[in-house]
Amino acid sequence: MLRYIGKRALQSAVGLSVLIIAVFFLARLTGDPAKLLLPINADQALIDEFRAREGLDRPVIEQFGVYVWNVMHGDFGTSLRRHRPALDMVLEAYPVTLQLAFTAMALVLVSASLVGSVAAYRPGSAVDRTVTVSSLISASVPDFWVAISAILLFAVTLQWLPTSGYGSDIRFWLLPLGVLVLRPFGMLVQVVRASMIATLSSAFVRTARIKGMSEGRIIYVHALRNALLPIITVAADQTVGMINGLVIIETIFGFPGIGKLMIDAVMARDFPVVQASILVTAIAIFTLFILVDLAYVALDPRIRHR
Amino acid sequence: MSHLIPVSDTAEVQPAGAVAAAELQESVRVRRHLPWWRLLLRDKFATASVVWFVILLAFVFLGPLFLSDKATAVNLAARNAPPGFSHGFLNILGADPLGRPLLPRLMVGARNTLAIAFSSVICALVLGSFLGMIAGYVGGIIGNLIMRLADVISSFPSLLLALIVLYILEPHVMNLVLVLAITRTSIYLRVTRAEVLEIRERAFVDASRALGGGAPHILRRHIAPLVAPTLGTIVTVDFAAVMLAESALSFLGIGIQPPEITWGLMVAQGRNYLTQAWWLAFVPGAAIMLTTLSANLISSWLRIINDPAQRWRLEISRKEAKP
Repeated sequence: MLRYIGKRALQSAVGLSVLIIAVFFLARLTGDPAKLLLPINADQALIDEFRAREGLDRPVIEQFGVYVWNVMHGDFGTSLRRHRPALDMVLEAYPVTLQLAFTAMALVLVSASLVGSVAAYRPGSAVDRTVTVSSLISASVPDFWVAISAILLFAVTLQWLPTSGYGSDIRFWLLPLGVLVLRPFGMLVQVVRASMIATLSSAFVRTARIKGMSEGRIIYVHALRNALLPIITVAADQTVGMINGLVIIETIFGFPGIGKLMIDAVMARDFPVVQASILVTAIAIFTLFILVDLAYVALDPRIRHR
Repeated sequence: MSHLIPVSDTAEVQPAGAVAAAELQESVRVRRHLPWWRLLLRDKFATASVVWFVILLAFVFLGPLFLSDKATAVNLAARNAPPGFSHGFLNILGADPLGRPLLPRLMVGARNTLAIAFSSVICALVLGSFLGMIAGYVGGIIGNLIMRLADVISSFPSLLLALIVLYILEPHVMNLVLVLAITRTSIYLRVTRAEVLEIRERAFVDASRALGGGAPHILRRHIAPLVAPTLGTIVTVDFAAVMLAESALSFLGIGIQPPEITWGLMVAQGRNYLTQAWWLAFVPGAAIMLTTLSANLISSWLRIINDPAQRWRLEISRKEAKP
C-alpha cells in the first residue's frame, strides 16, 4: 500500500515538473512584463531598473534555476502588481475556493445519489424520463449565462439576494452555489442512474427483497454502496472540472478566491501569481486523485493496489 | 413495457426450434430495414435537436450572405431597443447599445461559435485517434509515453490549461482552436486505445497479418471502421463541451476578441447592460444552451441506435407496443 502511494506520488511529481517547466518557459516566450506594468512613457533607465530588480534581465536558464531553487524553499516570487509574496496571495484565496468547492460537491453528491437512484428504480417511467431530460439540460447550460440570468431574476428584479459580493451571510452564497452545482449534478445523476440500474438487477438485491428488507434500505444502503465506485470516479473528475466553473463563478460574483485571483493575474500578466496559483492548484488536484484511489480500496476490499 | 422482449433475449426465452429461429430471423430482418431517419423520428427530442441544427446551419451559410453588413450597422435610433416589431423585422430580438440589431449579430456569431467548436473537435478527433491507434497497436515505450502525456493533460482543468496557453500565446482564433483541441484530445486517445487493444486480438486481424498486411493497412482497413461509431458518439457530446468552453473563454475576455463576435462574447458584452437591456445577454446565452442541449440529445440518440441491447426500444413503435 505504501509502495503504491509512493508510486502515485512519484507520477504526480513528474507531471508537476512537466507543468512547471512548460509554464515557466512558455511564459517567457511572449510579452515583457516590464513594458506592461510600467507607464507607456517610461524611459529606458526605468525599464532597465525594473528588469534588474525583478531579475528579468538575466538568461532564461538562470531565471529558471533561481525560480526552482526558490520554489523548493517555499518562495514563489513576489507579485509584480501588488508587491506581496505570491504564495501568500494564493494561500489567502484558497480557503474561499475550497469552501465553495466542497460545499458544492457535498450538495452534488447527496442530491445526485438521491435523484439518480429514484430514476433508476423504475427505468423508462415518467419519473425516470423527467430526471434524464432535466439532468441533460442541467449538464448543457452555460454556467456564466445561468449566473447572469439568476442575478437578473433574483437580485435585480426580485431583489431577494445581493447581486455579488462575499461575506459570511448565507445570501451571498446561495446564487454561486446554485450555479456551481448545476453541471456536476447533471453529469453525476446520469452516472448514478446507469450504475444503479445495473446494481438493482443483481442477485443480492433480489435476496434482500426476499428477506423482506424495506425498499428504501435496499436502495440507499445496499445497492448504492455497491454502485459507488463509478460514481466516485466521475465525482473526482467533476471536482477537477469544477475548477473551471469556479473561475467563472468567482469572477461573476466577486468572490476573492483562487479563480478570480488567477484571471486577474492573467489579465495583468503577473507571472509569479499565475505560476504560484497553477502550481498550488496542481498539487491539490494530484492529492485529490491519490485520495480517490485510497477511497476505492476502502469501498471495495477486492481492489488491492500493488 | 414488460411484454416487450428485446431481440437479443428471444433466443433464450423460446425453445430453440426451427419455427422460432425462422421467426427470429424474420423479425431481425424486418427491423434492420428501418432507415436511420425513421429511428430519428421515433425520438422526439432528437428530432427537435436535428431541426434546431438545420436552422443553425441555414443561419451559418445563408446569414452572412445577406446580413453581415446589417450586423455592424449602427442605428442610434434603435439603441437598446427591446425585442419586438417596433424597429422593424431585423430588430425582432432587440438591439444593442449602438442600435446594432441582435438577430443578424446572433447569426454572424453562430458562424464563429460553430466553426471554432467544429474545427476544434475535428482536430482533437484526428490527433487523438491517431495517437490512440499508435498507443494501442504499437504500445511499448512510445505507447506509454503517449498515455502519460494524456494523463497530465486530462488531470488538469481544461479552462486553466486554456487560460495558460492563451495567456502565453495571443488570444487568436487559431490558438483558441489549438488549445481547445489539445484539452479534448485525451478522451479520443483513451477510447481509441482501449478499442484497438481489444480489436487487435480478434481473428480477422490475425488473418490479415498472416496474409502480409502491414500495421498501417490493418489499422486503416480493419480497425478504424470498428472504432468509428464509438468516436462518433463522443464527437457529438464533445461538440457541446467545446462550445461551452469556447463561450466561457470568450466570456472571460481571453477567447475571441472584438470586433469579432461569438455567442460567449455577446453574453459578456450584454452583461454590462443587464439592468437596462436584459435581452443582450439572455438571448445569445439561450442560443448556446439550445445548441449544446441539442448536441447532447443527438448524442444520446446515437448511443441508443449503436447499442444492440437498446436499439429495439426505438425500432418497436408505440402502436406495436400496445397490441
